[in-house]
Amino acid sequence: MPPPAAGHSAAYTEVYSSALYRRRRWTNRVALTLSVATMAIGLVFLAWILTTLAVRGLVALRPVVFLQSTPPPGSAGGLINAIAGSLLMTAVGILVGAPVGILAGTWLAEFGKGNWFAETARFVNDILLSAPSIIIGLFVYAVMVARMGHFSGWAGAMALAIIAIPIVVRTTEDMLRLVPVSLREAAAALGASRWKVVVLIAFRSARSGILTGVLLAVARVSGETAPLLFTALNNQFWSANMNAPIANLPVVIFQFAMSPYADWVKLAWAGSLLITLSVLVLNVVARIVFRQQKAG
Amino acid sequence: MTVSEPPETSSPSAERAPLLPALQVDFDDQPETPPEPKIEVEGVHFYYGKTHALKGIDLTIYANRVTAFIGPSGCGKSTLLRTFNRMYQLYPKQRAEGRIILDGTVDLLDPGLDLNLLRKRVGMVFQAPTPFPMSIYENIAFGVRLYERLRPAEMNERVEWALGKAALWNEVKDKLKQSGRGLSGGQQQRLCIARAIAVKPEVLLLDEPTSALDPISTAAIEELIQELVEDYTVAIVTHNLQQAARVADYIALFYLGELVEFNDSKTMITRPGKKQTEDYITGRFG
Repeated sequence: MPPPAAGHSAAYTEVYSSALYRRRRWTNRVALTLSVATMAIGLVFLAWILTTLAVRGLVALRPVVFLQSTPPPGSAGGLINAIAGSLLMTAVGILVGAPVGILAGTWLAEFGKGNWFAETARFVNDILLSAPSIIIGLFVYAVMVARMGHFSGWAGAMALAIIAIPIVVRTTEDMLRLVPVSLREAAAALGASRWKVVVLIAFRSARSGILTGVLLAVARVSGETAPLLFTALNNQFWSANMNAPIANLPVVIFQFAMSPYADWVKLAWAGSLLITLSVLVLNVVARIVFRQQKAG
Repeated sequence: MTVSEPPETSSPSAERAPLLPALQVDFDDQPETPPEPKIEVEGVHFYYGKTHALKGIDLTIYANRVTAFIGPSGCGKSTLLRTFNRMYQLYPKQRAEGRIILDGTVDLLDPGLDLNLLRKRVGMVFQAPTPFPMSIYENIAFGVRLYERLRPAEMNERVEWALGKAALWNEVKDKLKQSGRGLSGGQQQRLCIARAIAVKPEVLLLDEPTSALDPISTAAIEELIQELVEDYTVAIVTHNLQQAARVADYIALFYLGELVEFNDSKTMITRPGKKQTEDYITGRFG
């Protein structure tokens, strides 16, 4: 903070040099230093991870990654089967999870006020939101894989849906609650029934917020490994059969990164970079979408 | 002030001096035919949970007249207005008792009444402008589509008619496709009035419609109210005594959930029947 410039009034100078004001300046400096330092620690690790990933991943990212399936050790290959499998399972998982999440979130926000059942559902949803994903994988293993007798893409997609649902429920509820009461009253005052107020006014008003929630759920789900280990497992070959084990990026990364083969490890780096980039793109898109809502 | 009937000529002019010099309102003389009652409020009590907000209100809203509800904050004037379209029913803990008779036949507080149809007949405009997140055109068409199936040409006509009534058509006719949220505060509020009259209600409830607006927009809306009353019955809640005197034919003063005095505007302003009214009008309380 600069010292008082010449020309200031005597009262200003007096306050500026008083013990109380000096102490405040000190406290301010200490607090600022501490918060900048903690932020720096976080950023150092983030930058470390991202630069390592970029350096090693970009080297490994060749056209063949997008053209060939995962190879046996010691030969050349790509990740196309894993990319396709991940896209397929994420798409099915979101197609199942997003509608369920949006409807449940709508019920909680619009019809679940001061209702013990809604309070309980909200609480359980919050627990599900932070449940370890391996538990969800084991649950789907017990419910689907064990009964069907084999791993499958459907089971993987269901596990991803269960992870996506609580995220979408939460964001949908939050976004609908942000719709001003005055807007709902205005629609009701025109003689609109309750469901019309919800569908035509509240949804419309919260549209991009809800979409943002779905995009964030996609970003979260696309990096999940543990639930897929127990459900979709992996497949070394190209397969789009959702009824059979199917390849996917997270599990391939898990397997290849732990392996002693140099070309497998390289492909794991490429896969990691691909997932990170897609999550980054999703987050940027989500932000742009959300900003448009505020402007419109 | 403008009323549809021709003014009576033989009114005494000696009592025209208002109590406050600031209240320079030029009262027209009372119309010769007594107005028809549109809404009759009989012994209405209102509760917000355990809070007793209205304590036995009796008054009459006359057809094709402007009735203003005035009084200090928390006196119950908005609460009463919100019983006319049962707006309070959106909130489970609020309830009203008594009778509110529309057109001498329908009890608005009847639990079996269809609220959506009631709200089509009794429209409302709120304190803060509330344009829907859609185009100007769609803002108007929204309410119309709820109850009528119009051909596109008819809908265009209705939108133009409503925007014209709300004195907004000339300002927005070239940008009907743009978002209603892009308009200025005063335009947004006129859009909300247009939206309310587009469904052709019988009664228009205005809950402090100009309190968020600048003086020019306020004047435009006050003028609009004067024109609307030829076709509609208007009840307006206002914090602004001058506004009540300018636009209203009847004024009801509320205090702590009770109706202090209800009379035609001229009598209320020039020779109030109660000390409390006189104190409020001269600024000694409220």
